[in-house]
Amino acid sequence: MSFQIPIGPQHPALKEPISLRMTVEGEVITDVDIRLGYNHRGIEKLAEEKSWLQNIYLVERICGICSHSHATCYVQGVEKLMELVPPKRGMFIRYLVSELERIHSHLLWLGVAGHEAGFDSFFMYTWRDREVVMDLLEMISGNRVHYAINTIGGVRRDLDAGQIAKIREGLVVLRKRSEYYFHIGANEPSFVGRIAGVGILPKEKVIALCAVGPTARASGWARDVRKEDPYAVYDEVDFKVATADSCDVLGRVVVRVKELLESYKICEQFLDKLPPGDIAVKAPRKAKPGEVVSRYEAPRGENIHYIKANGTDKPERLKVRAPTLANYPATVEMLRKGFIADIPLIFAAIDPCICCAERTVTLIAAGSGEESVVRMSDLRRRAIARHQNAPVKRNAVWPL
Amino acid sequence: MAALRTLLYLVIYPGLLFLFVYSTFCEWFDRKVYARLQNRMGPTHTGRFGLLQPIADFVKLLAKEDVVPEAADKRLFTVLPIIGLAIVSTAGLLLPVWNFDLAAPGFTSFSGDIIVVLYLLSLPTLILFLAAWSSTNPFSTIGGARVLTMLFGYEVPLFLAVLSPAILADSWRLAEIAAFYQQKPLLLLTNLLGFIVAVIAVQAKLERTPFDIPHAETEIVGGTFTEYSGKKLALFRLTFDIEMVVSSGLLAAVFLGGFPGGAVVGFLHFVVKTLFVIFLLSLLRALTARIRIDQVVSFAWKYLAPLAVLQLLVTILLKGLLS
Repeated sequence: MSFQIPIGPQHPALKEPISLRMTVEGEVITDVDIRLGYNHRGIEKLAEEKSWLQNIYLVERICGICSHSHATCYVQGVEKLMELVPPKRGMFIRYLVSELERIHSHLLWLGVAGHEAGFDSFFMYTWRDREVVMDLLEMISGNRVHYAINTIGGVRRDLDAGQIAKIREGLVVLRKRSEYYFHIGANEPSFVGRIAGVGILPKEKVIALCAVGPTARASGWARDVRKEDPYAVYDEVDFKVATADSCDVLGRVVVRVKELLESYKICEQFLDKLPPGDIAVKAPRKAKPGEVVSRYEAPRGENIHYIKANGTDKPERLKVRAPTLANYPATVEMLRKGFIADIPLIFAAIDPCICCAERTVTLIAAGSGEESVVRMSDLRRRAIARHQNAPVKRNAVWPL
Repeated sequence: MAALRTLLYLVIYPGLLFLFVYSTFCEWFDRKVYARLQNRMGPTHTGRFGLLQPIADFVKLLAKEDVVPEAADKRLFTVLPIIGLAIVSTAGLLLPVWNFDLAAPGFTSFSGDIIVVLYLLSLPTLILFLAAWSSTNPFSTIGGARVLTMLFGYEVPLFLAVLSPAILADSWRLAEIAAFYQQKPLLLLTNLLGFIVAVIAVQAKLERTPFDIPHAETEIVGGTFTEYSGKKLALFRLTFDIEMVVSSGLLAAVFLGGFPGGAVVGFLHFVVKTLFVIFLLSLLRALTARIRIDQVVSFAWKYLAPLAVLQLLVTILLKGLLS
């Protein structure tokens, strides 16, 4: 017997709205349909209305987890357009925050993976230790989520000796804990039983479907923008690209924990090499006409911002390609022939950030399922008409 | 007078009221242990040490809106939680805590009551399946199918494991089995394997992690309970709590030497031993991830069932040796 089950737009496994329609036969998935557009906010359009500086704070709000990734990716591009060279100290602080963000994002993901597999103890422990890095970020920037530390031409806050000592202490704790989680994640029989061999994505498929980030690296495809196109200060630090060859969710867990350990190394090197000097240079108000593509390795994979300037103080076009969007085709491939029980795990294994990837809205008629394209003004007209015709439900009594 | 005593027996002690209070206490204990193992506080707010939290949850659920889906079989949907609660409470009456008198078998302690308890503990599974099926939600339907699939896995090992001590004791009456092991406590050690199998099977019967597959929230939302709300959900949750008490009481009676010492001391034995079993169940819950339905069945038949058979073999050989 084959029937459809709707995972989302509202579902306990999903923290953000997306609709996965699974056609299942018993417990086995035969077909997958991903529908996007439940969380479209029109950020790209909004960016065209705001100045270069204001846009930093706008793009930071594309995502809650990798807020710094979007802000940095944008700032990198704008600096290239304005031909600015930020001072070394500013760069080191900026990418230190980047790595700390990667640490908090991966710890968060580990917890989510545990929770999706019904391993709540793992979830509670990783999230407890994530507080360490959250506190560090708060100490550096004053905020836990939207750090707002970037500015065009550098960063907004400096580090002092006391803060550096605190960060080092925190990193020692985190490294110890991460090694423990590595042990648990790769050895706990019931957890490994759930994630080993699940969501297989062979290397050829990774290349064909353009998967990015830990999803690609877990299939042995060692792509990392930090290594292959070292932006900013990444050519000055020594680190390895974490990979695994098991091509499954277990591999993705392993890659992320290895990346955590690499990030601790990078952070320590940043702190060791932190040069004295200024943290920012003054930026001009306008950018010369031109266009630029900025690449950045976010915790979830390669983040791309395309920025076009027309000589004014506002961008003419800002295009964001978040890593989650690049991973959707691979997700469909991974989900096929899986079990219902594997859906949350496989989907969570790409570390989906749905609001990052929302670039459009599809209008679907609720009754017929027909898709259509409508102008905003039409939509507004329809809404008004609908409310005029609707019966008044004032003081409506809802039967209990 | 006899009618009044029966009524007290059914309603106050050890009937509904006592089972309600004790099972909420056990839920509190389970939640607290689970929380502490996860580095959390667990219930702290309601009552001293949060002791009243399960009761508060129950009352709150009772007050919530009770929705019955349009497409559901309404009569079945409504009556199932009540039947489930009645069944597990009946099973609770048969525990040898309150019928410790060996010489006077009554209608709650008779030869064969161990079979009746096991049977009554199997019925809630069927109730759950019917509840899931009658609510007609796709998530519930999958949950219902999972309930039954899992039943085929753990039921046989549980029966084998629980009945082998009875074979050694040469009785089908819980009180007599307990009395046999009270006289020869060393023989309890021979049933250790069966105890482990039974604890795991009870964990599966109670649908707790790693066997919480029928209502795995990240996969199929509420699973069997997706459409249940308000009073009916409250009754189902109470059913599970009482089932936990009764099955841990059963394991305590069979594997841990029962509850010697008359009404008061026996009752203390009951509390300590059930809490010990519940502690083991909480430990299992905290330390494992949820496994897949096919893994449950293969695990049950590859490991649990052979171990239970091994236990049976040991028991039979031992019995031959002893006689």
